Amino acid sequence: MAGADLIAGFGSPPGGGGPDLTRKRTTRSVSEQVIKGLLAAAAVLSVVTTTGIVISLLNETIQFFGEVPIGDYLFGTDWNPLAGGDSQSFGVLPLVFSTFYMTGIGLLIAVPLGLAAAIYLAEYATPRVRKTIKPTLEVLAGIPTIVLGYFALTYITPVILRDLLGIEVQVFNGLAAGIVLGILVLPTIASVTEDALSAVPRALREGAFGMGATKRQVVTRVVFPAALSGIVAALVLGASRAVGETVIILVAGGASPNLSFDLTGPQQTMAAFIAQTARGDISTGSTEFLTIYAVGFTLFVITLVLNAIAIGFVRKFRQVYE
Amino acid sequence: MAAASTTPQRTAIDPAPAAIRLKERLFAGSLFLSTLVGLLFLAVLIIDVLQDGLSNLSWDFITSFPSRVIPENAGVRSALLGTLYLIVVVAVFIVPVGVATAVYLEEYADRDRWWNRIIELNIQNLAAVPSVVYGILGLAWIVRGPLSLGRILIAGALTLGLLVLPVVIVVAREAIRAVPPSIREGSLALGATKWQTIWKQVLPGALPGIATGVILALSRAIGETAPLILVGAVAFARFDPTLTSQFNALPIAILEFVTDQERIFHDLAASAIIVLLIILLLMNSVAIYLRNRYEQKW
Repeated sequence: MAGADLIAGFGSPPGGGGPDLTRKRTTRSVSEQVIKGLLAAAAVLSVVTTTGIVISLLNETIQFFGEVPIGDYLFGTDWNPLAGGDSQSFGVLPLVFSTFYMTGIGLLIAVPLGLAAAIYLAEYATPRVRKTIKPTLEVLAGIPTIVLGYFALTYITPVILRDLLGIEVQVFNGLAAGIVLGILVLPTIASVTEDALSAVPRALREGAFGMGATKRQVVTRVVFPAALSGIVAALVLGASRAVGETVIILVAGGASPNLSFDLTGPQQTMAAFIAQTARGDISTGSTEFLTIYAVGFTLFVITLVLNAIAIGFVRKFRQVYE
Repeated sequence: MAAASTTPQRTAIDPAPAAIRLKERLFAGSLFLSTLVGLLFLAVLIIDVLQDGLSNLSWDFITSFPSRVIPENAGVRSALLGTLYLIVVVAVFIVPVGVATAVYLEEYADRDRWWNRIIELNIQNLAAVPSVVYGILGLAWIVRGPLSLGRILIAGALTLGLLVLPVVIVVAREAIRAVPPSIREGSLALGATKWQTIWKQVLPGALPGIATGVILALSRAIGETAPLILVGAVAFARFDPTLTSQFNALPIAILEFVTDQERIFHDLAASAIIVLLIILLLMNSVAIYLRNRYEQKW
């Protein structure tokens, strides 16, 4: 970059130095500056977007806390904003619990499968096999979540869970939603992990082989630990995706938030609640509607923290080997 | 390891003890099987959708408006048109903004300046913000608030555009970075200005990569449901959308079908899913074609 800038300083040819040339050079450098300004303005849009998100969430959230005590919101265990009168309550814990519980179920599926797929693709697969499997995983990653939600509701629940496994689940249940949530984040975990494994230098593997280690020993005791920070980043990124996922839970998970570990019944996460409420006929501006912003803000903060952790781990593994 | 000491000079030809070989094979085999689970899931999903949806899929289904009353006559006309319009408007929005941002960050920005680092960090974080939160942003700032466009198609497109902008930026930056410095230096040495170098040399060289990124971003955008729920897409719109009218989109139509109590609507959801998947397939084929046809090897 520094080199290119230096050359750019001499962008216009020194030439003979006639008056025409000089004038041309000034208009040129003015238009160059204008262009740079326009490009920078486009880049600044991302900052405006973030600011916009924060302000839009914060504004209405503050308004919400003017009507609902913040302690009741953060520590209340009963979430029932749409009920009338005394039974109306705004304790967000059931939604937060469900969000992390569903994420946990998803990771329970996605972590072993995703890590295994990554190890297989990075260490075992022949180039030809890799060329078939990787794009297919990318296709899986590109399936819209509404399609996954449809599949959870109309196939996983009735065919797999009820008929095949004989589990007595309700129409809307946390189990089907959690499983499909796992499939959703599997490609993310697999591909980030594979990058981390591939970044481990060959010399480490060869050293271990030279000591007489078998392939499995090399993979599990040398390569895997060496890539650990990248793998943790993959898991956190996967978790962050699962936490923010909306439609799968909305379609297959049901709509009654409760603090329950029961997977055969409904679960409602924060994101699903937001979408559910936005679909309803609640008058905008009411306290009920403001819950969208308060829950959205909570969700935003949670994913921001997760992302910061992931970025930290990614930096760590880049520093070691690059 | 004990085995290694008895056969210190074990090579590829010397077989390792049976127990070790078995363990190795089991390990490799279970890795392979785990990899297949995701692929199996994808296969079953596609077969299931085809089974449920193909029977209702017809030209009438594509050209009829949705109906809440008579499922047999229901179609996805407004949803399909809405999605196609969204693709165009989102593209018009994200291509200039995304590419400009990428060019600025790669070619102009001094990475030691704090404001440039803030922009980079911002884009990284934006990529992780849940789509439903973008929906809230769209509702608060585009549908209402500062822009106050109302629940129109452009508002939906802008919201989706902001959502996928980080994808375009990241891919476009990689493509620009892949153009070797020697190309820039040659152009500058011939007297071209920095912008002329970028416009005439760097961007054409990066074009296949950028196009791939844009298509990836667009296919992510049209599969999104949550932001459109917030922005207020109309699931049973019985009119063709315009840029400034209310609108429907395929994911919204699918959501409406699938959350209906009646079984027949579930099958209609599958039919609509097939339409959506076909569009995605076409877009990705174009991306793959572009990548293979125009990819530059420097």
